[in-house]
Amino acid sequence: MKALKCRECGREYPLAATHVCEFDFGPLEVVYDYASIKKSLTRQVIQSRPQTMWRYRELLPVAKEPTVGCQVGFTPLVKADRLAKRLGIRELWIKNDTVNYPTLSFKDRVVSVALSRARELGFTTVACASTGNLANSVAANAAAAGLRAYVFIPADLEQGKIVNSLVYGAQVIGIKGHYDEVNRLCAEIAGKYGWAFVNVNMRPYYAEGSKSMGFEIAEQLGWRVPQHTVVPMASGSLLTKIQKSYQEFIKLGLVEESPYKVHGSQATGCSPISAAQKAGLDFFKPVKPNTIAKSLAIGTPADGFYALKVMKETGAAADDVTDDEIREGIRLLAECEGIFAETAGGVTVGVAKKLIASGKIPAKDSAVLCITGNGLKTLDAVAGHVGAPREIRPSLREFESLLTADEVAPTVA
Amino acid sequence: MPVKIRIPTPLRKLTNNEEIVEVKPGTIGDAISELQGRYPGIKERLIDESGGVRRFVNVYVNEEDIRFLQNQDTTVKDGDEVSIIPAIAGG
Repeated sequence: MKALKCRECGREYPLAATHVCEFDFGPLEVVYDYASIKKSLTRQVIQSRPQTMWRYRELLPVAKEPTVGCQVGFTPLVKADRLAKRLGIRELWIKNDTVNYPTLSFKDRVVSVALSRARELGFTTVACASTGNLANSVAANAAAAGLRAYVFIPADLEQGKIVNSLVYGAQVIGIKGHYDEVNRLCAEIAGKYGWAFVNVNMRPYYAEGSKSMGFEIAEQLGWRVPQHTVVPMASGSLLTKIQKSYQEFIKLGLVEESPYKVHGSQATGCSPISAAQKAGLDFFKPVKPNTIAKSLAIGTPADGFYALKVMKETGAAADDVTDDEIREGIRLLAECEGIFAETAGGVTVGVAKKLIASGKIPAKDSAVLCITGNGLKTLDAVAGHVGAPREIRPSLREFESLLTADEVAPTVA
Repeated sequence: MPVKIRIPTPLRKLTNNEEIVEVKPGTIGDAISELQGRYPGIKERLIDESGGVRRFVNVYVNEEDIRFLQNQDTTVKDGDEVSIIPAIAGG
């Protein structure tokens, strides 16, 4: 790390807990010394290290060895042949962060970076504004690190995500309002108490953690960048960081340069970025969210401008899907690949289906879907839509009459 | 009761560390002009070259984003609270 730099005007700042440019409020980003990284970071060096996101440590913004979340990442990249057939594409891969350690979402990546850096900067209390997954991750990783945690969430979140924060002993504050309102309150609180707010004053470090998902995809594909990557968009940050990860690997010579597109997916009930992309705009109009995909329900996406820019530069597309299409996407992934994703995963599968059907992702190509969170956290969204167990008495006759109805004959051993 | 404007941390160097500044009722545009009169330089932090609110600046009147109201033409009356907040990341 060399400095923090404003993405809008280029002014530089010291590597402190600060996230916006004093001049134009532009977001600050970490600057690296790529020339020196290039000398030491080779494929062999990376492959010799443990299978965690920290095998790419030089490209993550901590000064010393990480101290929080040392086992996060390197989740499976699954070749999804059955889903590929259903969606009508030659080759499909699932980057499966539903099994990320320890809280079953990609947020463990950003939190391990943010909390490791927060410790380096001397913080003892950490906090976040969250749609749920981030709260779970901050609560768990802070507990393991012995840090005090305050997490702020919309009060109407899924029960699973609320319990999943409380159990770690974090202070959980439910705000009566949308995530955008939680965010606004946290922006006002952040400066006041000397806490490390992972997605406010620690944001430049936090956001970089998402790159590890892209590094892993490229390495697991055999050191190449996928032709198409489909990424869910809430603030739009993950999409921009996936592209940055590919660019960095190309710049460092770890992969060969090849054309790639990073497509964005949203829920129709909260689609400021995809609506702008489809209308050909380079700015978005804020919306009031109304979707079952609560983890993506950000009506004023902070990185929306940059996500639009990345999609434009890579020639990519965006689209959005309804609540019913989200549930269908969750079932498709579960039934074809045995992976149970939360609503954001349903959004990504549903949008991939649309992009393939419309030819924006050509059927002859290869694509990676970023599946960012686990379905066990959003049971409310699918309960009642996946059928119910059929109950019988413990009687062979009842079971056989049930099978007869299903037209299944017994096999003789 | 005048209109209260909450000044975010990055701009407090300009307001002599004042966290809350009071202005006369009018529109958001008027309020920004009044701020500029008292704290020269603050306007260019909030407004871009084309005259719009900078894209990473969010302005709220009584907790409602002015982009859902009438942007800089949104009226503010006695007792209203205005917050100026940088856009922040997802969660």
